[in-house]
Amino acid sequence: MADRSRRRGVYLRLLASRVRSQLAYPTSFALDLLGQAIGSAVELVIILAVFAQVDSLGGFTREEVLLIYALAGISFGLADLVVGQLDDLPRWIRTGELDVLLARPLGVFPQLVTSDLQLRRLGRVAVAAVVLGVVLAQGGVAATPRNAVLVVGTPLVGAAIIGAIWVATCSVSFWVVEGREVANAFTYGSQLTTSYPITVFEPWLRRAACYAVPAAFVAYFPALALLDRPDPLGLPHALRYASPLVAVVAAAVAALIWRTAVRHYQGAGS
Amino acid sequence: MTRATEPAIATEGLRREFTVGRRRARRTVVAVSGVDLRIEPGEAVGFLGPNGAGKSTTIKMLTGILVPTAGSLRVCGLDPTRQRRELARRLGVVFGQRSQLWWDLPLRDSFELLGSVHRVPADRHRARLDRCVDVLQLAPFLDVPVRQLSLGQRMRAEVTAALLHGPQLLVLDEPTVGLDLVSKERLRAFLEEVNVVDGVTILLTTHDLADVERLCRRVVVIDHGRVVTDDSIDALRARSGGAREVVVELAAPADPLAGLPGVHDVRVEADGLRQRLAFAPGDTTAAALISAVAARVELRDVTVVEPSIEDLVRTLYAGR
Repeated sequence: MADRSRRRGVYLRLLASRVRSQLAYPTSFALDLLGQAIGSAVELVIILAVFAQVDSLGGFTREEVLLIYALAGISFGLADLVVGQLDDLPRWIRTGELDVLLARPLGVFPQLVTSDLQLRRLGRVAVAAVVLGVVLAQGGVAATPRNAVLVVGTPLVGAAIIGAIWVATCSVSFWVVEGREVANAFTYGSQLTTSYPITVFEPWLRRAACYAVPAAFVAYFPALALLDRPDPLGLPHALRYASPLVAVVAAAVAALIWRTAVRHYQGAGS
Repeated sequence: MTRATEPAIATEGLRREFTVGRRRARRTVVAVSGVDLRIEPGEAVGFLGPNGAGKSTTIKMLTGILVPTAGSLRVCGLDPTRQRRELARRLGVVFGQRSQLWWDLPLRDSFELLGSVHRVPADRHRARLDRCVDVLQLAPFLDVPVRQLSLGQRMRAEVTAALLHGPQLLVLDEPTVGLDLVSKERLRAFLEEVNVVDGVTILLTTHDLADVERLCRRVVVIDHGRVVTDDSIDALRARSGGAREVVVELAAPADPLAGLPGVHDVRVEADGLRQRLAFAPGDTTAAALISAVAARVELRDVTVVEPSIEDLVRTLYAGR
């Protein structure tokens, strides 16, 4: 137990050193934060623009779509904050810097995660959180204890699911050094598929989002529970509460793939 | 006390293959093929070979960075693949090409982070750091961010970083690359002290054979993924047939000193004031030769020249 908490102390110190180096340039940090927020707000403007033309999207009203967007946005932002550093994995592998991590008495994954803490990614979380606040204030979601748990828990569970998808796809880099494009298709693709009701997608993508890459469990199903409305697709009622279970399974699968990938590491050849 | 008797490094049939190329052009390259190596605690071993011989791959397997394709491997009594983290506590690694320091932090902070990464008790951390700061003269740049250090400063910092947790085995991959002569010598002297005084086992890969001559009593040469030579430096010198030389400075010019037992070549320099007497180890000894010369002429000074390890290794590569 003491051992475990000491190790956590190491990672906290590693993170603190990263944060210190970012805050050393406050102006640049503020601009980064703003940039992320604007990028996120653009997606919001697109949703609002669409609803200026139509009353419903895939059977959902504007407030309902915004609820899904907000839950997905917070999840995505949190996942990005924690495992977004894996985007740099191809560089770590190509330059052989991963060797240095492997020569330390710590896990490779926690070292990569704590190798950077891009606080600017909170910009996206901030925008989504504001949207969530506005939607909740409009009273579309009943104020019950169950819903309170859902509102707080969904972004955390959602971040775990998105994070697991990222870890699994970033592992590709161990086999294909330029695996970044493949991984990005999933990381940024998951942002799209999580932010909208799955009813707007083609059936094949819908099925993929439910069963293969579990994007629908990030925001769509929990949102159905919050809105207390039946699934327009007639999918089982229990699915709306299945997100935590899905997160656990996704994390286990991701961990397995990651471990296999690290064992496959071939080094940089020097 | 099994640990004390256990070899620092023991490999048998160590092998590593890489898959390169894509689809049809895919093929398997054998980087290390059947390396048997046994290094006892406290040894200092030079690990040499031409580029692409499999040195780095072997070192990466020893340190748990790469998983071997086949063969058995124990380092400090541990299995590097399954006990990588445990091994990392007993191992110090210096990669000349890449840094284990945090480039954007002051050097002092990097050392502090490494101390907590390895969970070194504060008093020991302090003591080890003070010693390195003192011997390697780090004080002037302890508060400078690592990215601003010169190569020589950085290498000294890297060696410090590798020693802060008190490793049993120090693996050095090109530790003196890019250093000026003074820095090189200072670093070598310190490494020698770490090896001889502290009893830390050293495995040294380098292109600068002066490093090896200074630090190592044993040399392992690897080529095409196989160990081609594993011997003491002295035995290597003897075996390669490299001539030793006794250089005598005479009080007065003399004719070439012919007919000395065991000498197969005499070169005269400085009008006979200096003569170089080449002999093969085994035929005679430097001491016998010097007394034979002293019996014939008056000596002013004597030096014994060993064949350079560089020449030796070159003949080893050529003879494959």
